[in-house]
Amino acid sequence: MAETWRRWRGTQELRLMTVLLAIGAVLWVATPGFGSAQNLMDMLTSSAFTAILATGLLMVLVAGGVDISFAATASITQYVALSLANQGHLGWVGLLLVAVVLGALLGLVNALLVTTLGLSSIIVTIATQSLYYGLLMAATNGQDIFALPAWFNDGLHWVFHVDAHGGEHALNLQIVALALVCGFTGWLLTRTSIGRQIFAMGGNPEAARRVGFPVFRLNLLVYGFMGAVAGLASLVHAQLVQSVSPSALVGRELDVLAAVVLGGASLNGGIGSVPGTLLGVALLAVLQNGLTLLGVSSYWSQLCTGGVILAAVVMMAHQGRRPMARSKAEAA
Amino acid sequence: MNASPEPLLAGLKRGLGPVNLRLLALLLALSVLFAGTAGPQMFSAASLRSMAFQLPELGLLSLAMMVPLLSGGLDLSIIATANLSALTMAWVLTHGLPAEPGLWWALWQLGAVLAGMLVAACVGLLNGYLIAHLRVSPILATLGTMTLVKGITVGLTHGGVVSGFPAPVLFLGHGTVAGVPVALLLFAVVAIPVGVMLSRSPFGVTVAMVGSNEVATRYSGVDTPWVLMRVYVLSACLAAIAGLVMMARFDSANAAYGESYLLVTILAAVLGGVNPTGGFGRVSGLVIALVILQLISTAASMLDLSQFLTLSIWGATLIGVAGTTALRAWWMRRRLMSPSALAVDGLKTAGIAVAPAGTIDRGR
Amino acid sequence: MNVAAAEATRLSPAIDAGGGGVAAATAAAPWFELHAISKRYGGVQALSSVDIALRSGEVHCLCGQNGSGKSTLIKIMAGVEQPDTGGRIVIGGKVYPHLTPTASMRLGVQVIYQDLSLFPNLGVAENIAIGQHLGRWHTVDRAAMLRTATAAMRSIGVALDPQALVSTLSIAQRQLVAICRAMASDARLLVMDEPTASLTRHEVDALLALTHQLKDRGVAIIFVSHRLDEVMEVAERVTVLRDGVSQGCFDATEMTDQRLTTLMTGQAFHYTPRRLDHGAAPMVLEARGLSRAGEYEDIDLQVRAGEILGITGLLGSGRTELALSLFGMTQPDGGEIRVDGQVVALRSNRDAIGHGIAYLAEDRLSHGLIVAQSIGSNIIVSVLDELLNGFGLVAERSRESAVRRGVDDLHIKTDNPDNAVSTLSGGNQQRVVLAKWLATRPRVLILDSPTVGVDVAAKDGIYEVIRTLAAQGLAVIMISDEIPEVLFHSDRILVMARGRISHSFDASRVSADELQEAVHG
Repeated sequence: MAETWRRWRGTQELRLMTVLLAIGAVLWVATPGFGSAQNLMDMLTSSAFTAILATGLLMVLVAGGVDISFAATASITQYVALSLANQGHLGWVGLLLVAVVLGALLGLVNALLVTTLGLSSIIVTIATQSLYYGLLMAATNGQDIFALPAWFNDGLHWVFHVDAHGGEHALNLQIVALALVCGFTGWLLTRTSIGRQIFAMGGNPEAARRVGFPVFRLNLLVYGFMGAVAGLASLVHAQLVQSVSPSALVGRELDVLAAVVLGGASLNGGIGSVPGTLLGVALLAVLQNGLTLLGVSSYWSQLCTGGVILAAVVMMAHQGRRPMARSKAEAA
Repeated sequence: MNASPEPLLAGLKRGLGPVNLRLLALLLALSVLFAGTAGPQMFSAASLRSMAFQLPELGLLSLAMMVPLLSGGLDLSIIATANLSALTMAWVLTHGLPAEPGLWWALWQLGAVLAGMLVAACVGLLNGYLIAHLRVSPILATLGTMTLVKGITVGLTHGGVVSGFPAPVLFLGHGTVAGVPVALLLFAVVAIPVGVMLSRSPFGVTVAMVGSNEVATRYSGVDTPWVLMRVYVLSACLAAIAGLVMMARFDSANAAYGESYLLVTILAAVLGGVNPTGGFGRVSGLVIALVILQLISTAASMLDLSQFLTLSIWGATLIGVAGTTALRAWWMRRRLMSPSALAVDGLKTAGIAVAPAGTIDRGR
Repeated sequence: MNVAAAEATRLSPAIDAGGGGVAAATAAAPWFELHAISKRYGGVQALSSVDIALRSGEVHCLCGQNGSGKSTLIKIMAGVEQPDTGGRIVIGGKVYPHLTPTASMRLGVQVIYQDLSLFPNLGVAENIAIGQHLGRWHTVDRAAMLRTATAAMRSIGVALDPQALVSTLSIAQRQLVAICRAMASDARLLVMDEPTASLTRHEVDALLALTHQLKDRGVAIIFVSHRLDEVMEVAERVTVLRDGVSQGCFDATEMTDQRLTTLMTGQAFHYTPRRLDHGAAPMVLEARGLSRAGEYEDIDLQVRAGEILGITGLLGSGRTELALSLFGMTQPDGGEIRVDGQVVALRSNRDAIGHGIAYLAEDRLSHGLIVAQSIGSNIIVSVLDELLNGFGLVAERSRESAVRRGVDDLHIKTDNPDNAVSTLSGGNQQRVVLAKWLATRPRVLILDSPTVGVDVAAKDGIYEVIRTLAAQGLAVIMISDEIPEVLFHSDRILVMARGRISHSFDASRVSADELQEAVHG
């Protein structure tokens, strides 16, 4: 127990948790609705899309790369999968399969380009984002799909608790998908050899190659995973808003990146965790939710988010300088 | 006394540099292709004029992105800054502008532009302070300021639009001088000095040095925090000018204009030969890349293709150009490997550090 | 010659591998042999018919300058590169025609590169047991990793916190982690590439003691180094490479500094101490009672025009910290600095440069040069403001003549100053750094480890330059680790220990042994 505490002390995760609890406490007291189970469930549901994407992006960041094209990938998978479902070709299983596999394939293209072109991953994924988004919009003319299959619109409704008033608390598609993705990613990164290889590759790619890790295949895995996760997230989003809009998702990439970085992931690779990422997303979601409940005009919420991001990155930059001072003193 | 053509050509080749030459070759190839498919009316006066109207926006924004890229960083907040400046200018123009043309009328408009530039400079100072003094990574710092600035603009305007500008502003957006759009002239008037400054002034030279190695540049006696500060203020001011042009073209200012341009500016810069990690890149290369992108866009609309397809082709072009560069590098490495080694492995590197002299355009 | 030497060692185990039952049993026959290894890259013959033979538990030193073929040889041993036809690798009596990295690791060949190839974001235990992550998909067994790591650490007497992140460790500690990792993979041949480069004396001693331990366990060790004192302490035999050709395999006891240098370079260098009197020259730089908490304390020094002041001492004695304060990059807490007798407050290195103080950084590639940029750009980077025309832009002609002056004065070997600095050799790169500083017309030149990573022949050239500059009236401070360098090229020598000046010598009146004693004693 003391061991675990020692490992968590001074980490980004702990700092985030503290800030989050503090804000949560303030909001609990200041607003009547914040702490209600319904509100918490709603927050969870509406932020599931971002959180799922953030988890996928985390994997790419830990591997030492970055991906800006996932929103475009999600837009494509959403459109294709649900169009096919609308034509009666697919049920739930087919839908999920199409979205995830298509997403994975689009992600694999990223992996191939990143490893063969010798361009940094941010540039490559900017190019593929343009490529994917442009093709989608050209093919669909930006047309939204408002009519989706009824079974899809109903989503999931797994009741897990009935309260005193007879009201039901149920798990929906969003929460289930989120739990699955986070659980799987967390397990993969911390408990499997593949996950540790990914961390190693992010920390020192040359050393990873020398030790014998299959660097090329690992890259295929992380970018492919990001794509697959984007596919799943796209369905989660479509089910929530009950429609498909090709242009709705693109433009959110940097918000997701902000959440992941807030959660402690390093842009240089090798550092990051699923709990941290979730805390990053949670912080931003709670902030938004709190501002709304406090009656602050939604037009000002972005300003607050910006302020929080700036405060966080300044703090992280400050932290980043301290470990150096310590080891220098040790060396003397 | 005639100068023999040989040295002149060699001098021209050397002055342009390998990157620009390759870009010009691409431009030529695409021109031929489009003239063939879209027809020669692509290069008619009307078509060229239309291209000339559209280029300055993206051009100014790409310039704004190029300067931080050279310094080894990035500025994600340029669009937000452009909009904030534009809104500032728009507000000043629509509140208190004298009704009748006259001295005050002209000065007021100048004042509006200055106000916009000032506001942008403040954002630039904030970015510079975060990056140069607090040592925050440029992506994260500008991500934060981008969100903050967008938050300010949305908060103040509630997403609304400000419009109703006087004639000179509209002239900037829609007018021509001797057939050349005023906005393009403005772009040239800005791009040429910036290009000269980046390649020939002490500031410009140190920006590239900082981009390649900030610590060594500092040890050499250069005030690198001050250099970085000026980089981000310059970037913000260029964004402000871009905002002015957008405002003039759309006859309105809004918190969310041009957002889709952000990543395209990076694409244009990298296509133009700017090294994304810093240290190398020339404005001339950027301009040629912009012309290429504009050509593709115009050809697409002439062929009745969706404008979004243009975006795809832009992405594919960058991938294609990077692909050919990688292919050349791979080919050059293969030529150095011994036959027995070639037999054993195909694509692995030879293990010799061969400095690729001349594959990146230094442009001094 | 080489084959004969190999034969000789095989037949007469006169040089014993030391104690240990396992080692004795295999003392006679070599375990690891390279026969007639050649390697050609395009137009370059990296190796020509090199032979090496090692017994278990033997410590063998591989010496050679940059470009001698050392790294290529190591890569061939590790299976990363393949020798050209005709070469043979024999391990444990079996011939391996195509050695791959995985195969060589399985056979027990472990290479510890200079950069250590560790993962700074992972813990000590995970780095040591990293091999556990290889293979097909499987879950991570934390307990097993910990067991492997502690066993490896215990076997060589190392005690590090298994959960500590490698990024928090010192270089010496990281090296131990690298060695533990090699041992955890059952190393039978350990190749260490310049392991002592950044270690303090204590750490070097600990490493050498560890080497003995490994030797006793039957591990063969190849130590790549050219520091003769270390070579003498551990090695039994020395192989010297020059331009890809083996100069022979020698008994360590037969080796002297001179002989080693001659074999590595093909030339002989003789230096005699300087005997010049600078008493009458003006005092250029002076420090009185200079102190900075945690770095150095109560420093008094003077340098006159034309004088070369050598500063030496162990790593961590405060030499570089002092130099940084003299150069204005850090500010001292107490004491004063005087230039030409006037007290100066150096708030930044720009102030220092303004007063004529120049500093050649210890880490040439990260702090001294902007390697990706051109030679010309590097030369003029500190004097841009002097090359301007009327419009405030850098004038072409001024720039060209400044670059030409730098290249010519320092004899920088390049066909085009627009080439990147990365195309130059170590010695030439150092000349570029010198050219840059000379362009600032300094009065004082502070050189911090100026010949590290420079080949012996090129070193001579740099000493020439330094002497010439001193003769022209520059005051020079030379900080160095290498006792002979300081002894033969300084007028006076200061020894620093734990942040203070412990000894002051007249270079012409002190012997190498006395100096050695003062530094290490």
